[in-house]
Amino acid sequence: MAKDKTKSKETKSFFGVFLEELTSGSLLIPILAIISGLILGGLIVAITTEDVYTTWSRSPIEAIGLGVNAALKSYAALFNGSIGNPGRIISALQSGEAAELNRAFNPILESLTKSVPYIFAGLAVALGFRAGLFNIGAEGQLFMGAIFAVWIGFALKGLPTIIHLPLALGAGALGGAIWGFIPGFLKAKTGGHEVINTIMMNYIAFRLSEYLLRGPLQRPDTSNPISPFIEESAKLPRFFGSPIRFHLGFFVALLVAYGVYWLLFKTKWGFELRTVGINPRAARYAGMNIVSVTVIAMSLSGALAGLAGANEVLGLNYTLAPAFSSGFGFDSIALALIGKSHPVGVVLAALLFGTLRNGAIQMQIAANVPIDIISVMQALILAFIAAPAIIRTIYRLRAPDEEESIVLIRGWGG
Amino acid sequence: MSTEARALPSTVGFVSPTRRKVMGFVFLGIAAAIWLIFSRTTTPGVITTFTLNPGGSQNNFPDWVFTTLSALNIIAGLCALMGAYQLARGFGKSTNMVLGLVAGGFILAFLSWSAADNSLNLAGLLRSTLVRAVPITLGALSGVLCERAGVVNIAIEGMMLASAMTAALGGSLALNWMEPPYNLWFGLVVGVLTGGLLALVHALLSIKYKADQIVSGTVINIFAIGITSFISAKYLAKYRYLNNPGIFSDWKIPGLSDIPFFGPIVFDHNVFFFGMVTFLILLHFGLFFTRWGLRLRSVGEHPKVADTLGINVFKTRYMAVVLGGMMAGFGGSYFTLGSVGRFDEVMTAGRGFIGLAAMIFGNWKPFGSFGAGLLFGFADMLASKLAILGVKIPSEFLLMAPYVATMIVLAGVVGRGKMPAADGQPYEKET
Repeated sequence: MAKDKTKSKETKSFFGVFLEELTSGSLLIPILAIISGLILGGLIVAITTEDVYTTWSRSPIEAIGLGVNAALKSYAALFNGSIGNPGRIISALQSGEAAELNRAFNPILESLTKSVPYIFAGLAVALGFRAGLFNIGAEGQLFMGAIFAVWIGFALKGLPTIIHLPLALGAGALGGAIWGFIPGFLKAKTGGHEVINTIMMNYIAFRLSEYLLRGPLQRPDTSNPISPFIEESAKLPRFFGSPIRFHLGFFVALLVAYGVYWLLFKTKWGFELRTVGINPRAARYAGMNIVSVTVIAMSLSGALAGLAGANEVLGLNYTLAPAFSSGFGFDSIALALIGKSHPVGVVLAALLFGTLRNGAIQMQIAANVPIDIISVMQALILAFIAAPAIIRTIYRLRAPDEEESIVLIRGWGG
Repeated sequence: MSTEARALPSTVGFVSPTRRKVMGFVFLGIAAAIWLIFSRTTTPGVITTFTLNPGGSQNNFPDWVFTTLSALNIIAGLCALMGAYQLARGFGKSTNMVLGLVAGGFILAFLSWSAADNSLNLAGLLRSTLVRAVPITLGALSGVLCERAGVVNIAIEGMMLASAMTAALGGSLALNWMEPPYNLWFGLVVGVLTGGLLALVHALLSIKYKADQIVSGTVINIFAIGITSFISAKYLAKYRYLNNPGIFSDWKIPGLSDIPFFGPIVFDHNVFFFGMVTFLILLHFGLFFTRWGLRLRSVGEHPKVADTLGINVFKTRYMAVVLGGMMAGFGGSYFTLGSVGRFDEVMTAGRGFIGLAAMIFGNWKPFGSFGAGLLFGFADMLASKLAILGVKIPSEFLLMAPYVATMIVLAGVVGRGKMPAADGQPYEKET
């Protein structure tokens, strides 16, 4: 038995670390947290259904039935909107018509598309966590990435896609990296806490984007704060016909996720980064350069968030408008925590969040449940992840041998 | 914060020599800026007129008329003098006050310059600065309460947003069984309790379950944005009567509000302004001159020692966080019951985070927070007035100023703030 264990440790593959965690039970908490969050979300839907109150005085049982019904209807709409209607998929497969197939498979592909920014932003926060940095500024870095990408996207003309697209993506990463570098540098050099600095940087980015979209980056023929459309050559190519928006960005995201995995777990630098994250004193004693690790980690984290913004403008919107992000920055913290700051976990969590977001649109149309219920669910899931003791109490799980709660903050400065 | 930094002498009057010099150069820089940017672009002989009556006031106070250029030169000269004295001798203890004076001089110079050959309602500007400082200061006071007890609270924004909504909802619902002015009080109580309730969640997550305090704050922020938008989309947009509480009217303090110039600016506000002033004074004296405050601060500085001395660390922290949440709830209610009169989605627009910044800027002190709140409120107010003044600075850059200023303060460029030593660290009782 013990021999097996050491063997499995030696041959740790891409999924190795992850599978180990699954079998050892530490993945149980995130899964239970997600399930509990979804159930509580349904409960909120049920208790905010108006019919429940109007029928309550007549017959409480009927009212409860109505509430449960509303919740089930929402779940059904959520499923149909995010994965697809099973009946429709089967009939489309039987008929074999291209348009039918497109429409039947659109929901699930759209879910994948929606999870692209989550993958990037989640990886950004996860990379920060691994280095002991709390990057709460993914939102601002994402905005800067989008600004840089859209600028390269429309300002450069006549380039072939093979040059223009990587250039625009790179610009997005650079924009985010700059926004990550500043708090990273301040943290390493002055000790100013990155949480407060990244929050400030978020708002600076918002104001800057407002200014740019009303000034230098504004579309010439309009008075609205919106940028010009990017050139055809800077767009991330889509694979299927309308209405499917699934684009190359998804595969770029997976590739980048693998890159982050490789960097964190297969390189010397990644080892240093994780050491600094776990124990800065030990890292310093071992001769690691904490300043450079902190600055580079924060810049890389920003670059990943910047890629999220670049993907949104290069793959979906093709232009930049204010407030285009629906709170990816805060959601990404939840993603990184659910995914235990491991790239595989983050990708899975991002797929879940993208699916939820996508399904919520259908839920709003079909079941008349505002899309914001998703944020509530995400907050609940995050609360359960952050305080595993709650989940343990509910499901009567045994307490682990070692305390796994994370404490990332140690004051604002100094 | 390293142990060496904590061991530094923390007497009130301590000013490091580097900080003294940096400050001196800052003063001189401001003087130079006033002269270079404002004086040199002003035509000699142009006159600035400041109106000293805010709109709607009866008593007539004569306008303040002066020659722009000479005023600018006088201000620049005074700033330069202070800079020179700071470099030569140093103001010591009162450096921060002088910094405030110099900053005020810069603002006055800027206003005189932008109102050159024109007239500007100075009293109106000051009054709306005070009004805009109210939610920021209340947010900052909420942060002071929590962080002095060692619990970081980045959820001020979420608490404010949720309270803004429940206050509007409660105030509107109360109209069914209450006469107009009283329903607002009901709404206010609901708003304050909402803040307290969310703070209790924050306290439970971060004190009982020892979750990371930033994560716990994030949970509350996401939750507040989600639930308020959800209820707003589901109910408030559909049933207008649920979102129409009205607003608190201004109270004129008898006698005091008749003082020329100052009266209408300071003594003619609604309950939120007077509440803020009251809490400001109470919190200052409570924190620094009572046993309650000493205990609270000791829990934030060194919980283990506090525990050894028989102070209940957990109880103190719960109390501080919940009180802080109620303060944020009071500030959040301002948005609906004191300002707009209805709830809009995400209407706090980052004011809670500015409050957090004001707290850091104000060095974790109530009056410091108020000063920072005034400064940030002024930037906020000026940004909306820039177009009227005809100044060619994009208002967005002015709105960035508070954030940039906070980062500079945090980096310790103009003197590092002194945060509570155990801020953000969960306390574990040894058994």
